[in-house]
Amino acid sequence: MEDVLRDLYQEVILDHGKHPRNHRHPAAANHEARGYNPLCGDQVTVYLQTDDAGRIADCAFEGRGCAISIASASLMTELLTGKTEAEAGRLFEDFHRLCTEADFTLAQAAAEDRDALERLQVLSGVRAFPARVKCATLAWHAMTAALKGGGETTTE
Amino acid sequence: MTTHGLATTAPLSGDNSPLAFDVARVRRDFPILNQHVHGKPLVYLDSGASAQKPTAVLEAMDDVYRTGYANVHRGAYYFSQHLTDRYEGVRTKVARFLNAGSDQEIVFTRNVTEAINLVAQSFGERLRQGDEVIISEMEHHANIVPWQLLRDRRGITLKVVPIAEDGSFRLDAYESMLSPRTKLVALTHVSNVLGTVTPMKEIIRLAHKAGVPVLVDGAQAVVHGKVDVRDLDADFYAFTGHKLYGPTAIGVLYGKAELLKDMPPFMGGGDMIRSVSFAKTTYADPPHRFEAGTPPIVEAIGLGAAIDYVNAIGMDAIAAHEAGLLAYATERLRQVEGLTIVGTAKEKASIVSFVLDGIHPHDIGTIVDREGVAIRVGHHCAQPLMERFGLPATARASLGLYNTPQEIDVLAQALEKVKDIFG
Repeated sequence: MEDVLRDLYQEVILDHGKHPRNHRHPAAANHEARGYNPLCGDQVTVYLQTDDAGRIADCAFEGRGCAISIASASLMTELLTGKTEAEAGRLFEDFHRLCTEADFTLAQAAAEDRDALERLQVLSGVRAFPARVKCATLAWHAMTAALKGGGETTTE
Repeated sequence: MTTHGLATTAPLSGDNSPLAFDVARVRRDFPILNQHVHGKPLVYLDSGASAQKPTAVLEAMDDVYRTGYANVHRGAYYFSQHLTDRYEGVRTKVARFLNAGSDQEIVFTRNVTEAINLVAQSFGERLRQGDEVIISEMEHHANIVPWQLLRDRRGITLKVVPIAEDGSFRLDAYESMLSPRTKLVALTHVSNVLGTVTPMKEIIRLAHKAGVPVLVDGAQAVVHGKVDVRDLDADFYAFTGHKLYGPTAIGVLYGKAELLKDMPPFMGGGDMIRSVSFAKTTYADPPHRFEAGTPPIVEAIGLGAAIDYVNAIGMDAIAAHEAGLLAYATERLRQVEGLTIVGTAKEKASIVSFVLDGIHPHDIGTIVDREGVAIRVGHHCAQPLMERFGLPATARASLGLYNTPQEIDVLAQALEKVKDIFG
């Protein structure tokens, strides 16, 4: 297999793509938003439950899409629990740079949770496939929209 | 002509037949086919989205810009008059290509989308609350959204003909939808996703029996076989240049003269008027009434060259070649384990949509691209159809006159790689 494809479709991605974690609709969710990629019709709905202190107590999603978008959504749900909205936002910011900037290193990261960012490195293979960056960030855009009040967001 | 009004199913000619089709020679006419992608020879299987252009088209357009360009109509000087003659000559060529009754029935548009919007806005003016327009589940968004806009403006009702599980058109359901409230039928001749050829001649016959005109979206049809608008008795027929091996930004709306003459302008501006004063403006006769502003002049010349090109090969020969390709692709892809072809109607043009078990089409597209294979993945601007089949998306190989069985093999091998990666 070509290196760029091996980088894109790492085992972790294929595993999360096939067996997404937290693929459910939590009854206690108090934020939700739908992310939609009009290019390919992929859609995910992200559910968040925040506690009184504004921390994310639970994060889950439902939806359908390619291996990249589902794996990214699945990983995201595992990484957001315990974070505040601001922390989640910074993690997304760094993740977005990870997906688009070839020279981005952890040293430049704004996010507090370096372990989370390191786990997200598996998705950095999309850098070689600009058309797939929107797949990798779909659930993250939905998460941002959910925390900002819900509704729908598109990757356009 | 069959009841489908599209001669796509001509038998594949043998090598000894006078129709024998020399695909190697055809491929030499398309310089882009020598390109490599990611180090692999380009295998272009996306002609249904937009076809590649032969040298004859490229040169015809280049030649106008280099040796004879000017604006058309009303020019008092040689270049303008000469190019006007050539531009209007393409109208004649298109009329012959479709076997229209006269040049006046050929309106140049940007594409099929604009042609349908033209009819929806101009013909649609006369529609009232409660009037019905019939479309189908397998329409491209271009033949859905203009009618929804009209619905929102005029309060019309849209009736949607369901399709059968194999992707064929449900003539029985359609017939039962025709009523005195029906004011227009707008249907595709060939589905851009399923490849289904709709029984257009019969569709039109039934509509006319009920006194209803029919608009045909021929974007995917004219490229795959001979279309005769008078044999079909179509009232409107739209196609686009860029899928017919011509340039983008030039499309065609055929409309029967008696319908066009009563239709109000679509856009206002230069070229579409008889006289203008602040008190009163009168409009030109069709087709110019519907062609406001400087038209896509050079693109029209390119379309003319594309029509000459396919005519020289022969639409029947192209149809026969593609029928052979479709049969081979269907057979070959079915050997790929876990692959399901979406759209298996008996009457099909050379478009093959498919899905792979457990693998999203977007991932398929990315991986086969690395093998040089260009296919389309997604909803193909036909989301209601995807919904009908419960699919978020499909992968689609659409085959044109320059494709070969060997290219289908490359696709099939690339699909095996996809499966390897996904285990």
